[in-house]
Amino acid sequence: MLAEFGYGVLVVSFLVTVYSGVAAFFGVRKNSASLIESARRAQLLTFPLITVSSFVLIYLLVNNHFEVSFAYEVTSRSMPTYLKITAWWGGQAGSLLFWSWLLAAFTSLVTLRKWDRDIEFLPWVIVVSAITLAFFLFMIIFHENPFTRYWLVAGNVVESMFKPTAEAVIFMPENGRGLNPLLRHPGMIIHPPMLYLGFVSYVIPYSFAIAALITGRTDDRWTRITRRWSLWAWLFLSFGLVLGGRWAYDVLGWGGYWGWDPVEIAAFMPWLTGTAFLHSVMIQEKRGMLKQWNMVLIILTYALVIFGTFLTRSGVLSSVHSFANSPIGPYFMGFVSFTLIASVYLLIRRWNDLRSETEMKSMLSREALFLLNNLLFIGILVVCFWGVIYPLISELATGFKVTVGPPYYERAAGPLFAGLLFLMAVAPFSAWGHSTLQTLGKALWKSTLASFVLTVILFFTYTQNLYAIIGFFLVALAIFSTLHEFWRGAIARQKTQNENFFTALSNLMMRNRRRYGGYIIHISMALMAIGILGIELFQKETQGTVAAGEALNVGNYTVEYRELASWDVPSDDVNYTRAVLDIYENGIYLGQLYPRIDYFYDAEQTMTIPGQRSTFRDDLYILLVDWQPASNTGATFKIYVNPLVNWLWIGSLLFLFGIIFAAWPDKELEAVKVKHSAQQTSAAD
Amino acid sequence: MKPKFLIGFGMILAAVLFLIFSSTRASSERFMTVDEMLAEGPAIVGDSIRITGAVIGDTIQYDPATLTLMFEVAHAPADFQEIEDQGGLAKVLYDAVHDPTRNRVKIIYIGVKPDLLRTEAQAIMAGTLDENGVFHATELLLKCPTRYQEALPEN
Repeated sequence: MLAEFGYGVLVVSFLVTVYSGVAAFFGVRKNSASLIESARRAQLLTFPLITVSSFVLIYLLVNNHFEVSFAYEVTSRSMPTYLKITAWWGGQAGSLLFWSWLLAAFTSLVTLRKWDRDIEFLPWVIVVSAITLAFFLFMIIFHENPFTRYWLVAGNVVESMFKPTAEAVIFMPENGRGLNPLLRHPGMIIHPPMLYLGFVSYVIPYSFAIAALITGRTDDRWTRITRRWSLWAWLFLSFGLVLGGRWAYDVLGWGGYWGWDPVEIAAFMPWLTGTAFLHSVMIQEKRGMLKQWNMVLIILTYALVIFGTFLTRSGVLSSVHSFANSPIGPYFMGFVSFTLIASVYLLIRRWNDLRSETEMKSMLSREALFLLNNLLFIGILVVCFWGVIYPLISELATGFKVTVGPPYYERAAGPLFAGLLFLMAVAPFSAWGHSTLQTLGKALWKSTLASFVLTVILFFTYTQNLYAIIGFFLVALAIFSTLHEFWRGAIARQKTQNENFFTALSNLMMRNRRRYGGYIIHISMALMAIGILGIELFQKETQGTVAAGEALNVGNYTVEYRELASWDVPSDDVNYTRAVLDIYENGIYLGQLYPRIDYFYDAEQTMTIPGQRSTFRDDLYILLVDWQPASNTGATFKIYVNPLVNWLWIGSLLFLFGIIFAAWPDKELEAVKVKHSAQQTSAAD
Repeated sequence: MKPKFLIGFGMILAAVLFLIFSSTRASSERFMTVDEMLAEGPAIVGDSIRITGAVIGDTIQYDPATLTLMFEVAHAPADFQEIEDQGGLAKVLYDAVHDPTRNRVKIIYIGVKPDLLRTEAQAIMAGTLDENGVFHATELLLKCPTRYQEALPEN
């Protein structure tokens, strides 16, 4: 009964969504405010409706309703309640519902804003988000229905939403299959919703962009309204990516965090265009340039978001990530093509209205460097896209499927990332409009000198690897010059405002949140680069089988095997096998590490949990590979030393702080705005 | 736009294209099924390639002292459409493992035994074929559809 109810509500929300889109469209056509208002209310209704349907699904998941196919696929009796709830996005059908729920929520938030001067955007924002939402609901209702149930028909199990024949009875499996144990990790539980929050948030700026193209209001109003949306979208997407990396590092046990897997790239591509967009929007707001380009970027981001949702959930490309596999691909590709063609058509129609107000003059001006930054991001995007589709292209062209692996991405994208680091160091010092080599050199020579000295020291004390030397130099340059920029601003303010240095610094940052948040992000990126250089260029590994009391050596570390125990925890339905290791560095005792292997009985799967010891200098990362239970001959370990990798995580945290700093609502500004509009109203009176 | 910008952007474009094509050339690997690899004959020996097949559980041997993993894979189709036509990935892999007439290849991989390695898993391996017909994998990816995807529960 409940399953039918949840499905029914979903069908209703689909119809309401379609109505809201159609009503908004004809509301504009017929110039009918009441029709548009009706569309707005219908849109607001979609959120409670999808919420009800989602609650029904969660109820079924939590209460072991294994006759419902989705509950059978993603939950089992032994799973704790919170995991059963998060199983909502643990499979394809549920995660599409989750996506739709988020989109309904975000669109409602937008619909509820004060529209005032922007009322002409409203119907088109509703149309665009309704088309997107209707597509997702359509996919759920007709192809990926989480509410289908199992029926017994003449002794066979059949999957169907409604009673397939008159004699059919509900079939209730004893237990569900359960969530893949690899996904039962806190990082993996919040990783998909974070990515989805980011994905879905980008629908909002896209809707406004399309609204601007349709209404012909092609000034920077749409970017200003959606500025915070794109920042939050970027925050969630970035956070999702970082969590995914951390999860891989902690759970997948290959000593890495990023494998250039097509699914990872699918999530990374909208991040690239989104990052380019964040930068180039500033040019539009400050200089009235790159308007066409910003449209291109947001359209691309939207297309990549849909493409990414499809790639992560379809298994169209061979990938270890594809936990979900279904024939919904053609629909997604069709939808992406449709929106791309429609958007490009609208863009071409308005192309001339979107011309720049000023011309770019100097190659070293800030706008030129921003544009260069954009080109590098798009270059990385092309590298990624080419890598993902190359197997399909080569198969069409030659009949052979040819793939490219991580070396391709590292080789092709590495120099582009290096270019971005360099721009991070230079761009803050170049002026809008016009800059020369001389002015830039004057501003940069101190940080260049400091970076050079540091690099020379590193050359004699740490590494002679050419790539590392170049990388560390660029990292140092980016960090020093950004810090110099903070320093310069604070000193200037200190003089004019007569404040002490720290007040000046904090006031400076609080009054220019976006700018200084951006610089914090730049520093965090440079820190992350340190971690990436460390693990990519200096990773050491060893492996071996040792008896109790024996030791393995790697780098300065000595790892001595003490003992091993194996036990069942019936309440979790898991067997744990844990080794105890004493860790020494240069003969000094540091403590113990406990690498484990967990065996999940219900899923018949093992999970290897590394023992980790992190310092600023390196990570010791130990995997228990195998053991001999009967004889006490010993156990086998694989040991990695990952230099500097901790900076990747430290950088990630600073990065999140930087985005939140930049995106946090500005109280003062809002207050000024309110006052301003109050004055306007009284003047109108 | 001024010509100096066009030249500048043209150079960046050229650099990106150069990076992409040279890197593709340097690191591309042909992707093939077991049958396709065997059909190539001795011509393929020593080339860096990527193959896919179904893991046969009974053949898995692991020597933890040397971290040497040996197992056999049976031919299974890799084309998405072909897999769908034959009843989905789970069924294709089941058929591959239970059909003794299928071509099989012995795989040797040095490293940690992956958690997902079990019978009827889909394996994707990068490496080279030697003249004795043994495939030396340097990379091993696994996918286990039977437990997590659309197989119906048993009555």
